[in-house]
Amino acid sequence: MEFAELIKTPRVDNVVLHRPFYPAVEGTLCLTGHHLILSSRQDNTEELWLLHSNIDAIDKRFVGSLGTIIIKCKDFRIIQLDIPGMEECLNIASSIEVFLCLFSRIQVLQALSTLDSITLMYPFFYRPMFEVIEDGWHSFLPEQEFELYSSATSEWRLSYVNKEFAVCPSYPPIVTVPKSIDDEALRKVATFRHGGRFPVLSYYHKKNGMVIMRSGQPLTGTNGRRCKEDEKLINATLRAGKRGYIIDTRSLNVAQQTRAKGGGFEQEAHYPQWRRIHKSIERYHILQESLIKLVEACNDQTHNMDRWLSKLEASNWLTHIKEILTTACLAAQCIDREGASILIHGTEGTDSTLQVTSLAQIILEPRSRTIRGFEALIEREWLQAGHPFQQRCAQSAYCNTKQKWEAPVFLLFLDCVWQILRQFPCSFEFNENFLIMLFEHAYASQFGTFLGNNESERCKLKLQQKTMSLWSWVNQPSELSKFTNPLFEANNLVIWPSVAPQSLPLWEGIFLRWNRSSKYLDEAYEEMVNIIEYNKELQAKVNILRRQLAELETEDGMQESP
Amino acid sequence: MEHIRTTKVEQVKLLDRFSTSNKSLTGTLYLTATHLLFIDSHQKETWILHHHIASVEKLALTTSGCPLVIQCKNFRTVHFIVPRERDCHDIYNSLLQLSKQAKYEDLYAFSYNPKQNDSERLQGWQLIDLAEEYKRMGVPNSHWQLSDANRDYKICETYPRELYVPRIASKPIIVGSSKFRSKGRFPVLSYYHQDKEAAICRCSQPLSGFSARCLEDEHLLQAISKANPVNRYMYVMDTRPKLNAMANRAAGKGYENEDNYSNIRFQFVGIENIHVMRSSLQKLLEVNGTKGLSVNDFYSGLESSGWLRHIKAVMDAAIFLAKAITVENASVLVHCSDGWDRTSQVCSLGSLLLDSYYRTIKGFMVLIEKDWISFGHKFSERCGQLDGDPKEVSPVFTQFLECVWHLTEQFPQAFEFSEAFLLQIHEHIHSCQFGNFLGNCQKEREELKLKEKTYSLWPFLLEDQKKYLNPLYSSESHRFTVLEPNTVSFNFKFWRNMYHQFDRTLHPRQSVFNIIMNMNEQNKQLEKDIKDLESKIKQRKNKQTDGILTKELLHSVHPESPNLKTSLCFKEQTLLPVNDALRTIEGSSPADNRYSEYAEEFSKSEPAVVSLEYGVARMTC
Repeated sequence: MEFAELIKTPRVDNVVLHRPFYPAVEGTLCLTGHHLILSSRQDNTEELWLLHSNIDAIDKRFVGSLGTIIIKCKDFRIIQLDIPGMEECLNIASSIEVFLCLFSRIQVLQALSTLDSITLMYPFFYRPMFEVIEDGWHSFLPEQEFELYSSATSEWRLSYVNKEFAVCPSYPPIVTVPKSIDDEALRKVATFRHGGRFPVLSYYHKKNGMVIMRSGQPLTGTNGRRCKEDEKLINATLRAGKRGYIIDTRSLNVAQQTRAKGGGFEQEAHYPQWRRIHKSIERYHILQESLIKLVEACNDQTHNMDRWLSKLEASNWLTHIKEILTTACLAAQCIDREGASILIHGTEGTDSTLQVTSLAQIILEPRSRTIRGFEALIEREWLQAGHPFQQRCAQSAYCNTKQKWEAPVFLLFLDCVWQILRQFPCSFEFNENFLIMLFEHAYASQFGTFLGNNESERCKLKLQQKTMSLWSWVNQPSELSKFTNPLFEANNLVIWPSVAPQSLPLWEGIFLRWNRSSKYLDEAYEEMVNIIEYNKELQAKVNILRRQLAELETEDGMQESP
Repeated sequence: MEHIRTTKVEQVKLLDRFSTSNKSLTGTLYLTATHLLFIDSHQKETWILHHHIASVEKLALTTSGCPLVIQCKNFRTVHFIVPRERDCHDIYNSLLQLSKQAKYEDLYAFSYNPKQNDSERLQGWQLIDLAEEYKRMGVPNSHWQLSDANRDYKICETYPRELYVPRIASKPIIVGSSKFRSKGRFPVLSYYHQDKEAAICRCSQPLSGFSARCLEDEHLLQAISKANPVNRYMYVMDTRPKLNAMANRAAGKGYENEDNYSNIRFQFVGIENIHVMRSSLQKLLEVNGTKGLSVNDFYSGLESSGWLRHIKAVMDAAIFLAKAITVENASVLVHCSDGWDRTSQVCSLGSLLLDSYYRTIKGFMVLIEKDWISFGHKFSERCGQLDGDPKEVSPVFTQFLECVWHLTEQFPQAFEFSEAFLLQIHEHIHSCQFGNFLGNCQKEREELKLKEKTYSLWPFLLEDQKKYLNPLYSSESHRFTVLEPNTVSFNFKFWRNMYHQFDRTLHPRQSVFNIIMNMNEQNKQLEKDIKDLESKIKQRKNKQTDGILTKELLHSVHPESPNLKTSLCFKEQTLLPVNDALRTIEGSSPADNRYSEYAEEFSKSEPAVVSLEYGVARMTC
């Protein structure tokens, strides 16, 4: 199937584009297989290139023969196209709708594990205009990551038990497990954990040797099934006489309810060395609804103060942020302050679990606060750990066909990182733009990185061969400079954020981005960068002069000494 | 000193306000004539000025001692536990006495001695000269003149002696108008916009009742509009909600009837009165003082307090005023009831939007001196400096500062000063350490002989201005560059650094602002170093060519600027430039254990956890 066949009217002239912060532009609208393009055919005006996959929803209306299409994007931007001629407008709108429908069908097909249709997506057609210096597909290999801590400990090993994705379809082929546990035991444990997600190493805290492990829920069911190998596996991570913590990201109530469906939680009797703590992090449609409400509140500029505050409150977005951050801090606290290892899981272990494990690492591990380290973290704790990006990011805040698997889990994670970044503005090598860029690419991208729901699917799609990795593009020096935090000063400490509501503001860079001008804030940022650059320049100059002076002095000294 | 029975109590605990685990610092509490001082075991000092104390509360006795909760006007809240009840009672009684003085003469300012001689003190008071300021605005001129009508405070006790009025307004008109205005506060010039030749004038409400009118007052308003050569109509802004203004008519007061005044456009802007504002702040403080506050309670509390709604109302009024002048070229007369609260807010904020001079450190002082101090904002009563009517206390000036803060947030480069400057000024309206904010009007201040007996705050702030400079300030902009803030609701945020100024755990642990400020300073030093080095190199080269060598020079070169080595990053944000021990970033110090607040599991004593687990176990078995 060729997408071009779906386009009834590929070109309309005299279309007027309205978008936030830009004057209206008149030009020619072109619809291609993957993009919606508006060009004014003037050299100095910007053109609009919009990926079809970035469109979340459209509205159309007519006044006389003038049609208007309102396009709502997944990055929350809303643009408006005034199209002369009712037929043209209808044709354009119906083509966009077909694309929308097609993309949502791709999700459905994918849910039925028919992967072929994904290969129709833009990343399979995108040809980079830049020279690839470092192939991002090979930037973060599990073996390399393992080496980072294998020097400090010999208690862990790489296991290839999931090589064919047979033991756990959502795990990568290579995982890190306790050395004393053989692959046979892992296979057994996999049958006892949701989705075959047996406990694996997520993070090794070099400072004290404590670890974060993650898994799916144990399948205890109503009759309290147990699995000796599972107990042995997680006990293998404990030092003699030490206790560990199991952090269940569900409330006790929710966890108990899952037993009826075969799920459950670790019972004290079978895990006497572990203390279980229940936290309540929301999931699925509750998060999606929260996002929809928040974006709706932010987009309405007519709200009076009371209404704005009550809408902001009712969205519950910041409540989720607080819950997630609190749980991550608790996990980090167990590791760093209590000196105890932890196991984290919710139900599947692919959403709230990953939010917690990755944020705990941001708090604990200085490396994850660098650009490379953060990329590695996303690669390890999100992509390879099997967060179903394709499903979760299928739709954004404007869609009206809600599917239960859509949820802004990754956006919440990025928001939490932003909150910590805001509280520790010098401890991160990247800036806010880096987080915004990741948000955009998770929802719509020319790169293959966020396609598919897990490594197994990515393998089948041959993404490495057929698409470009986001990291190949990001890690070019010219791109990196946009994402680098000028204030960064490496900091080897654990950073404890405040989780009080007074300390957790709305992420304006994402949610108010298209609703108000950031001109003055941008200029102030520029000025800040200038001051820092100037400082570097001066320091360099002082150093040169000092050396010069010192040389002159020694010359003089030599002339004098004889 | 007669109020102090106990001067020192040992083994006092200072509780963390937001801690759910009741963690505390143990130390010694000292009571001096002016301050309450707590020194903890790390020798960290907490100073509380008696005048800053808004309320002292003795809670029910607990096993560990007698709790004493002190709320301060600068939003510090401290929670002590005094081991013996008698000590606690003594301190409680002393503080009650010391925090509420009956006479001005007992305030700190009258005993505060910064070691300056009389001429320095006088110079300090002359730093801000309002006559200079009117000259800067461009008055007197062909339309406006200085009136001597109030030279002896005969017409209006709460106005300053020097007032500027339209040249064509004769004295009988002024006197007549003043009789028709509440407290005699007739329309006078507050700000003259030289570029637009339009004026901001201020007054109190007219005593119009249901039908009364006053020809002199009508003449005076006409004179104001005639003083504007460009636009013949003027706005009259009544900053009160319409309902309040109407209710005032029954008391013989009220608002201007458009029919009686030619060429006026009358407008209500709906800022609430001092009582609403007082209780709004009270609610806000109750909400944000809650331990373990949830996000939803925070936002619903913020909403129901109405605080940000009020801030937005003040801001909207100021924008309306600024637009009338810049867009329509019209003069504006602003009033509320007495013309010293909301009127001061709107006039000063409006001027700040219009004239970039007021966005400098010196200019901001001038603005406060003009629209607040000289025009009789009742600082003493509004700040409750003396033991007076609690119904007169209201955070009107705090709201003004908060509006300015919101502007600095939207226009980070437009202000010469930073947030710290605003916080410091707020500190001193309550501290009674300097004479500026004592008394309720100029006449009262003269009677108190403040200029002879106390010091002015401004020279001290100016001397310290380095601490208050905004490193991102760009001064190139034209004097009449107007700020046009966006007042869509989402732009208004809770001002954490004001209301939680002393709650360190809630603040970002690294401050971009401080880093940039230090870097700016460092850059200046580096520039100097470069000049130094270059001249030395030049000297040396000259000497080499001259064949003259001196050894001294070698020693005069200082090898390394010590500034270079200071780490810029790990300074914790210091909001007020207090002499606080410099702490490193959180996480490095075990005393700084914010981490224990993430989970109650760890804060509870061990048995609680066990019992919880038994509960779980029972349910699962």
